Amino acid sequence: MKIRVMLEKVMNVILCLSGVTAIAAVFVISLYMLINGVPAIQKVGLVPFLFGQTWRSTGSNPEYGILPFLLTSVYGTFGACLVGVPIGLMTSVFLAKIANSKIAGVVTGAVELLAGIPSVVYGLIGMLVLVPNIRTIFHLKTGTTLFSAIIVLTIMILPSIINVSVTALKAVPKEYEEASYALGATKIETIFKVSIPAAKSGIAAGIVLGIGRAVGEAMAVMMVAGNVANMPSFFKSVTFLTTAIAKEMAYAPNGSLQKQALYSIALVLFIFIMVINMVLNILLKGRKEK
Amino acid sequence: MKKYLSCILFVCIAVLMLNACSNDTGVSPGASSEQEGLSGKISTSGSTSMEKVVASLIEAFTKKNPSLKMSFDATGSGAGITAALEGVADIGLSSRNLKEGEEAAKATVVALDGIAVIVNNENQVRNLTVEQLGKIFSGKITNWNEVGGKDELIQIVGREAGSGTREGFESILDVMDVCVYDQEHTSTGAVITAIAANSNAIGYASIASVSSKISTLSVGGVECTEATILDGTYQIQRPFLMVTAADKEIDDKVKAFMEFALSKEAEDIIRKAGAVQVKGK
Repeated sequence: MKIRVMLEKVMNVILCLSGVTAIAAVFVISLYMLINGVPAIQKVGLVPFLFGQTWRSTGSNPEYGILPFLLTSVYGTFGACLVGVPIGLMTSVFLAKIANSKIAGVVTGAVELLAGIPSVVYGLIGMLVLVPNIRTIFHLKTGTTLFSAIIVLTIMILPSIINVSVTALKAVPKEYEEASYALGATKIETIFKVSIPAAKSGIAAGIVLGIGRAVGEAMAVMMVAGNVANMPSFFKSVTFLTTAIAKEMAYAPNGSLQKQALYSIALVLFIFIMVINMVLNILLKGRKEK
Repeated sequence: MKKYLSCILFVCIAVLMLNACSNDTGVSPGASSEQEGLSGKISTSGSTSMEKVVASLIEAFTKKNPSLKMSFDATGSGAGITAALEGVADIGLSSRNLKEGEEAAKATVVALDGIAVIVNNENQVRNLTVEQLGKIFSGKITNWNEVGGKDELIQIVGREAGSGTREGFESILDVMDVCVYDQEHTSTGAVITAIAANSNAIGYASIASVSSKISTLSVGGVECTEATILDGTYQIQRPFLMVTAADKEIDDKVKAFMEFALSKEAEDIIRKAGAVQVKGK
């Protein structure tokens, strides 16, 4: 009897500790990012750092402007969503409402496989197949462009969007749809006017997840985007916030302004993702509650 | 029953792994007592480009002298020379020749770093001058037909800012700060893959990593080989120096390490790290 009580208490402590671990990790990471990221911003100045158009960290006259990276991340993510969200949504509608169980099984398997492919493999295939083809199709000087990165990101965010949306669509109460049919609506009308609005918050969660993945992706993007610190342009080699950090971290001397500036980029990326998540959550979920 | 079995297995594996670890540490003191190794500390500091060469030399040298502790700080050539002069580091590492005002330093050339200019195998251009290369990398020549190739735009592939190879290449061509890249990669392997995939690409890599996937260009009519780097006719090269303070007595262990770097034994180590050893000068 005593042992059981003891066990109960011990388990309580363990569960509580596990909960605290997550909070502690977030707290430590935030603190670390702030401590390491702020000095360079102070030295360079917030406005020149955020809105400077030239990044030349190892030049004889170093410049630390991250606007090219910031805009590239915004455009890249936006582009991936522009293509990825409609495709993902249609796929989930197909899976949840239209396909028979056999086809749905095959497609679901494929989507799950897509989610499991490591980002470096996406990058490798992009580098060896996508990049040379884009170069020849569009008659470009180089195939490593923002466009290539957007294509890779689009495919990468599909599983996040599809998996969550399918669950949300399947959870829509049958009565809603039956009521819609009873009023004489067709199947497609029902899906787009009843099911999707009803599953909106779930679909939104999927999109947020997808955006998070697109903004934070480094490896795959690094292999297809060319990594030159140009201002973003569709058919030009570009650097994302993530790749800007990964690219130079290995060689930046300890304690140098270059390394500190890389921490500052990380801080900006960190805040950037948090802001996107918050805004999207408020926008997409808040509307439903009204 | 299955649970118990897996528990036992897990414990067995854990014990085995621990055993393996303790074995490793158990053997090395025995080995060191067999040889008369050096002990103490040697600190090196300097050029990031020399990291690979020096790190592999340190690895081999500490294997021979297990009780010796060696360190390497990547700070840059100038900072490395200063550190050696001020006595902060035992050896300063520089990937450029000494400048005026650095006469208090004594430099020993350990190796030469030859950087190969590489193009796609389909490219017909086989030779470029240093001047042409400078114009290509600074964006003044943009089409292969200006240097005897097809009418195609030149795609410039390079390494990321901070890379030693990039710094070396740009400083030799004198195109620092003005290089216009189309792609920047974080490893020599990625540069080679990118060039192999694009018939109009040009880039650079250390000679150790050149393979048949890509072609190496002659520079000013001189092929890039170990021999041409050693006799100085291949122009895209720079020295790797070990710098010590001229007025100070060099420590025995430091001397031993520098002699090791120049020895026959180190030839292969340096070659694998991408440079060409300068033999016992």
